[in-house]
Amino acid sequence: MKKMKINKKTKDNIITYGIVLVAYIVMELLINTGHISSLMQGLLVPLCVYVILAVSLNLTVGILGELSLGHAGFMCVGAFTGAFFSKCTQNAIPADLLRFILAIIIGAIAAGIVGFLIGMPVLRLRGDYLAIVTLAFGEIIKNIINVLYVGKDSDGFHFSLKDSLSLGLKEDGEVIINGAQGITGTPKDSTFTIGIILIVLTLIIVLNLIHSRDGRAIMSIRDNLIAAESIGINITKYKLMAFSVSAALAGMAGVLYAHNLNSLMATPKNFGYNMSIMILVFVVLGGIGNIRGSIISAVILTLLPELLRGLSNYRMLIYSVILIVMMLFNWSPKLINLREKYSFKRLFKKTREVQ
Amino acid sequence: MSFISYLINGISLGSVYAIIALGYTMVYGIAKMLNFAHGDVIMVGGFTVFFAVSMQGLPTAVGILLSVVLCTLLGITIEYIAYRPLRQAASSLAVLITAIGVSYFLQNMALLIFGANTKAFTSVVTLPAIKLAEGQIIISGETIVTIISCIIIMTGLTLFINKTKAGQAMLAVSEDKGAAQLMGINVNGTISLTFAIGSALAAIAGMLLCSAYPSLTPYTGSMPGIKAFVAAVFGGIGSIPGALIGGVILGIIEILSKAYISSQLADAIVFMVLIIVLLVKPTGILGKKIQEKV
Repeated sequence: MKKMKINKKTKDNIITYGIVLVAYIVMELLINTGHISSLMQGLLVPLCVYVILAVSLNLTVGILGELSLGHAGFMCVGAFTGAFFSKCTQNAIPADLLRFILAIIIGAIAAGIVGFLIGMPVLRLRGDYLAIVTLAFGEIIKNIINVLYVGKDSDGFHFSLKDSLSLGLKEDGEVIINGAQGITGTPKDSTFTIGIILIVLTLIIVLNLIHSRDGRAIMSIRDNLIAAESIGINITKYKLMAFSVSAALAGMAGVLYAHNLNSLMATPKNFGYNMSIMILVFVVLGGIGNIRGSIISAVILTLLPELLRGLSNYRMLIYSVILIVMMLFNWSPKLINLREKYSFKRLFKKTREVQ
Repeated sequence: MSFISYLINGISLGSVYAIIALGYTMVYGIAKMLNFAHGDVIMVGGFTVFFAVSMQGLPTAVGILLSVVLCTLLGITIEYIAYRPLRQAASSLAVLITAIGVSYFLQNMALLIFGANTKAFTSVVTLPAIKLAEGQIIISGETIVTIISCIIIMTGLTLFINKTKAGQAMLAVSEDKGAAQLMGINVNGTISLTFAIGSALAAIAGMLLCSAYPSLTPYTGSMPGIKAFVAAVFGGIGSIPGALIGGVILGIIEILSKAYISSQLADAIVFMVLIIVLLVKPTGILGKKIQEKV
């Protein structure tokens, strides 16, 4: 009996990894044989970014059971630290791959630290309050980056919150983060292969966390906070663990995102509230708490509007309807009863009973 | 002298926040949910006035009436379709995500109908500006109308809740739904009424907001909506005087930080206030402390 259980879990994980690897191999084959338009090729890296974001948000929403609306904020932190690092060390570290790996690690650590610092006070709140505070933090991060100016010259780094002139740079100086203009000229290091490796890495981290002792502690907090507390689970520790791991993974996605663009700006479109909602839609559509579902829905919802070009105006409208209908369908007590009444299983059973 | 005009502007903006916060606070008090779509009802109100007055050339009074009626109906419909089926749901996350979906839906509907371009809203206020202290302080007509309407709405609502049967029913439902039902109160009807009042106030707030800041986009409502929620939390959620106090303080903080610190950081400062309030006194200035029970 015990053996069966373990097998089922491992099998489940193998299917998830398998889907990613098969998708990668198929994509590579199609690219190499020239069956994929350049437009679609341009979508591959953002696709990886969205998959990582969806999986990492699912850790907070599905496993920890708290709604975070500031996920794009952590992505923003990762993107800017990663791009900042790459820009600074462009000459010092000539090997592209090594520099990119370091950038990813640094971006993830920075986002993880920000997640930890934000999580410490914020995770005392629950439900609606937590959602609105994470939203507020996401906006604060975006606002601060929009007024942040950082420059570098032979004296070292200069910071300012006013404008690039007040940095007081010497002649050899260079403005790296230029306020609302962001960072320009980040090396384009992101590739589809690295994206897939990062997805697999994310999956390894998240799936192992879920199936570990810590993961079960986190899920017990989700299911009943007071019961979990009463059996001696350290709530703050596990909440913070899930939250900062989720933030760090989002930061990693941010680095990948930043190195796919020439100029990185913190606009409401890419790091704002809308982005956080879009990631949430991926998670909700894929099934809250279902990691494989997040991957599939992120891929479908990113590719679908591109494949159906004519619908692009209606894309966001369709997203919102999906969100409402999915929630009603999954959670409304009346609809749950109705579903059980007319489910395939039940109908099948009835016919067998008649026989 | 400029400080005093900033202060007056702050009170005016705060009055708008207070009117919006009323909608949040009433709905939160009675349905225990955060109505994310409230901010977008403001936007719908603004667009209705814009459509009726600027595009169709109807009289202002008709436009305002139309906007209030439409938003009231919209509020009731949203509650009926999206929130009521989830009231007994096992997860409180479900209704929150649905509310986000509704908010998104309204924004994108407006985007499809009116386009993303910013519309220039013609102010509905025709009152001339008042000059004080030999013309050093100018109070615009919009400011006066906003502050006066806020006072009227606050008094009216307090009287309504304390003196009428429907208002008492609201209090009863927010206290205990089951007991209220046993006393013969129509719980669903009362919650619909709350949404109706909140949305009608949102329509008025939308009109005042667009008159003071005459640019209208599908996203006009979301930021003031979130800030008004901050105001509601600040004042203590569920409390009507709290919404007023929270709104006015928040409005003053926002205008002063725009004037003296940085206009780009003003939003960040407002949100910092929310975070500090929630960490120090999670129930707000006038909120009641609720003990969590097993």
